[in-house]
Amino acid sequence: MRYKRVAAVAMMASLALSAAACGKEGNPTPSGGNASGGAQSDTCKSSGVTFTPKTDANVAGSPTFQKIKSAGKVTIGVKFDQPNLGYKDAQGNRCGFDVEIAQYVASTLGVDPAKIEYKEIASANRETAIKGGEIDYYVGTYSITDKRKNDVSFAGPYFVAGQDLLVRKDESSITGKDTLKGKKVCSATGSTPIQRVRDEGLTEPNNIVEFKTYSECVSQLLDKKVDAVTTDDAILKGYAAQNSDELKVVGQPFSTEKYGIGLPKDDKAFRDYVNDQIEAAFKDGTWQKIYDGTLGKSGSSATPPQLERY
Amino acid sequence: MGDFFRVLTDNHQVFLDGFTNTVQLFLIAAVGSLVLGTLLGAMRVSPVPALRAFGATYVNVVRNTPLTLVFAFLVFAVPKLDVNIDYFPSAFIALTVYTSAFVCEVVRSGVNTVATGQAEAARALGMTFGQVLTLIVLPQALRAMVPPMMSVFIAMLKNTTIAAGFSVLEAGAIPAYMAERGEPQMVVLSWIVIGFLILIIPLVVLQRFLERKWAVAR
Amino acid sequence: MSSVLYDLPGPRARLRNRILGVVSIAAIVALVAFIIYKFNQTGQFEPRKWEQFQYASVQRELLTGLWATLKAAGLATVLALLFGAVFAGARLSDRWILRTPATFVVELFRAIPLLILIFFGYYVPLQYGWSIDKLWALVIGLTLYNGSVLAEIFRAGINAVPYGQTEGAYAIGLRKNQVLRLILLPQAFRSMLPAIVSQLVVLLKDTALGFIITYPELLFVGKQIGGRLPFGLPYVPTYLIVAAIYISICGLLSILAWWLQKRMSRLPRTAGKVVRTEDINAGATPI
Repeated sequence: MRYKRVAAVAMMASLALSAAACGKEGNPTPSGGNASGGAQSDTCKSSGVTFTPKTDANVAGSPTFQKIKSAGKVTIGVKFDQPNLGYKDAQGNRCGFDVEIAQYVASTLGVDPAKIEYKEIASANRETAIKGGEIDYYVGTYSITDKRKNDVSFAGPYFVAGQDLLVRKDESSITGKDTLKGKKVCSATGSTPIQRVRDEGLTEPNNIVEFKTYSECVSQLLDKKVDAVTTDDAILKGYAAQNSDELKVVGQPFSTEKYGIGLPKDDKAFRDYVNDQIEAAFKDGTWQKIYDGTLGKSGSSATPPQLERY
Repeated sequence: MGDFFRVLTDNHQVFLDGFTNTVQLFLIAAVGSLVLGTLLGAMRVSPVPALRAFGATYVNVVRNTPLTLVFAFLVFAVPKLDVNIDYFPSAFIALTVYTSAFVCEVVRSGVNTVATGQAEAARALGMTFGQVLTLIVLPQALRAMVPPMMSVFIAMLKNTTIAAGFSVLEAGAIPAYMAERGEPQMVVLSWIVIGFLILIIPLVVLQRFLERKWAVAR
Repeated sequence: MSSVLYDLPGPRARLRNRILGVVSIAAIVALVAFIIYKFNQTGQFEPRKWEQFQYASVQRELLTGLWATLKAAGLATVLALLFGAVFAGARLSDRWILRTPATFVVELFRAIPLLILIFFGYYVPLQYGWSIDKLWALVIGLTLYNGSVLAEIFRAGINAVPYGQTEGAYAIGLRKNQVLRLILLPQAFRSMLPAIVSQLVVLLKDTALGFIITYPELLFVGKQIGGRLPFGLPYVPTYLIVAAIYISICGLLSILAWWLQKRMSRLPRTAGKVVRTEDINAGATPI
C-alpha cells in the first residue's frame, strides 16, 4: 500500500500549492488574437458615468425601501456572463448596461454603488428570488411579460431588444427564425426565448438544448454541438463582439423584448419611484451616456424607450 | 388540494417523458457500469501489478470527484478536444464512468469475502482455475456482492437527476420546465418525490429480501 | 502474495504475468499519450488558456469558491451529525411513537434524490415568501440526506455491538441511558468512525450540486472561469484544476477513512464489528 502514501504526499503538495496564492497582481489579459482567436479584452470598462448617492432619498410607504434603508445596502440580482450587459471579469469587476442601470437606481435610493451586494441569479430562478426577498430588485435582461406580472412587478422598460439568433460565422443555412427546423437551438432554461421556440415550434422538441446560462450555450455553439443560440439581440451582440472571428448575429429579430427592472409585486410606491428615476435618466442624458459606454460599443445606436407605468 | 392533482393531470406528458428518460438512462447506465465496473474489479484482483495500479488509480480518482464535475467535464470540456458526443450519451458516459468505480469496489470486496482456504481446498482437489472461479468463488462472492450492488444502483438511479443540469430532459429537469409554466413548485416537487418512491421502493424491498435470504447462508 | 483466485505463480505463470504486465503498461501509456496528443492537437496547452491562473485575482476567485464549498460542507456536516444522532436515537427507542416516525423520515429522505431535496430547500421557502440564502438551501438538502444516512450508520454501529454486552450491562445493574452511554456508544463509535468519514466525503462532493441553484461554490466558479470567451473558453484547464482540488481534499479524507478502518480493525478492544458503508442497506453506499 505504498502508493497510498505517495498519493497522500502528492495530494498534500498540490493542496499547499493551491492554498498559497502566489499570483501576479493586475488584470489577466489574454495574449493576442491568435489562431482560434479574435480575442478581446476581458477587462471590464465602465461607461465613465459616476453615480453619486442621493442624500435625501425617501420612498414613502415602501417596505422594500425601508428594508434597503435599514440594511444600509442593497442586494441586486444580476447576470455575470453577458458582455456589455451584465458581466464579471477575471478581476471580479462588474460592468455593462444592466449593471450600470442597477447602480444608477441604487444611487437614487441613497445607496453608494460600492455598497451594492450583487447576486447571480439564473433565469429560471428570478421570480422566486424576488418573491422570496433574496434580492431587492433584479436588473438583467428581464423581459416584461404578463405572466411574470403575476409574481413580480416591473419598472421600465428601460431598454427594448428583440429575439435573434447567434450562429457560427460560416453558417449560411440559418437566416431567420423559420430556418431553424432540424437545427439544434440552445438557450437558457426558463427564459422567454426558449419558451417562444417551444410554443411556436420553431424546431423539434428534441433539438431544443437548455443550459443555465447563455455562455454555456455559446460554448456549445463553438463546439458545434448546437447550431444556433437564441436570445435577445443585445445579449448576442456582446458575444459576437467578444469573438468576432467565429460568431455572428443573424440580425432578423423576431420579437419585442421589453427589459424591466424586476421588483417585489405589491410595492407600488417603490415601482413608481423607480419609474420616476428611470424617466429622469432618460431626460437628462444619463441613460444615453450609459448606453453609449456599454451596449453601444457592440455597434448599434439606440434611444430611450417609452415607459409603461401601471 | 385540487391543485395537487391538477398539476399532474395538466402536465402528465412532461412527467411521463421525464420519468421515461430517467428509467432509460438508469437502465443503460446500469448495464454500462456493471460491465466496466466488473472489468475494473477484475483488474484490481488480477495478478498483474500494472493492472492493479491502474484499477486503483481509476477508483481513487473517480470516487473523489463529484459526479457533477464528471458531467461538466464531458459536456463542456470534452467537446473542446474535438470529440463530439450528444447530451444523452454524455449523461450515460458520465454515470457509467462514475458508478463503475463503485461497482469495482463492490466486486473487489465481494471476491475478498471468500476465504482463501476455500480456493486452496478446491485447488487441492485438482480443480482448474475456471472451476475454482465458477464453482467455488463466484457463488459465494455473488451473495456478498448483490446487496451492496443494489445500493450502488439505487444511488445511481437518484444520481440520474444531475443530468438535468446538462440538457437531458429527465425527472430532475421537470421543476425548471414547470417553473416556465408557472406551476407551484411544492406540488411539482412532491410528484417527483412520489415518482422516485415508486421506482425505488421495489428495489429496496428486493434488496432487503435478498439480504435476509442470503445472510443465513454465509 | 496469495489470493482466493490464484496460487503463488510458478515460473510459467510468472512469465505470463510479466508479459501481461508489459502489454498493459504499453496500453496505459498509449492511452495517456493519445490524451496528451488530443490536448496538444486542440490547443489545450496554449498559454492563452492557462495564463489566467497566474493571476492573483483568478486564484482568489478559486479560493473564494473553495471557501464557499467548505463552508457549506462544514455547516452541513455539523447539522447532519446532529440530525443523524437524533434520528438514530429515535429509531433505537423502545417507544413506537418515536420509532415509527423516525423510521419513516429516515427512509424517505434516503429515497429522494439529493437534487430534489435541494430544490425543496430553495423553491419552497421562496414560494411562501421567506427569504432564504442559497447557502442554507444547499445546507438543508445536504443535511436531510446525509443526516438520514448517518442515522443509519449510527444505528448499525450500535446494533453491531454484540447483544451480550447490553445484557451484561443490565445484569450489573446499569440503567438504560448508562448502558447506551458507557457500554454501547464508546464501542460503537470506534467501529463506525470510518463509515462516518466516508459519508462526509460524499457530503463534501455533493456540495457541487449547489451550482444548479447558482450557489457560488468551487464548481460554479470553475464554470465562470472556464466560460471566459476572451481566454478561448478554457474549460479543459479549469476543470482539471477544479478536479485536482476536489480530489486532493476528498482524497485526504478518504485516506483518513481508510486509515481509521485499518486501525479500528486491528484494535481488538471493541466487541463491535467495524461498520463498512457497504453494510448499510438501501442506497447508503457512499455515492
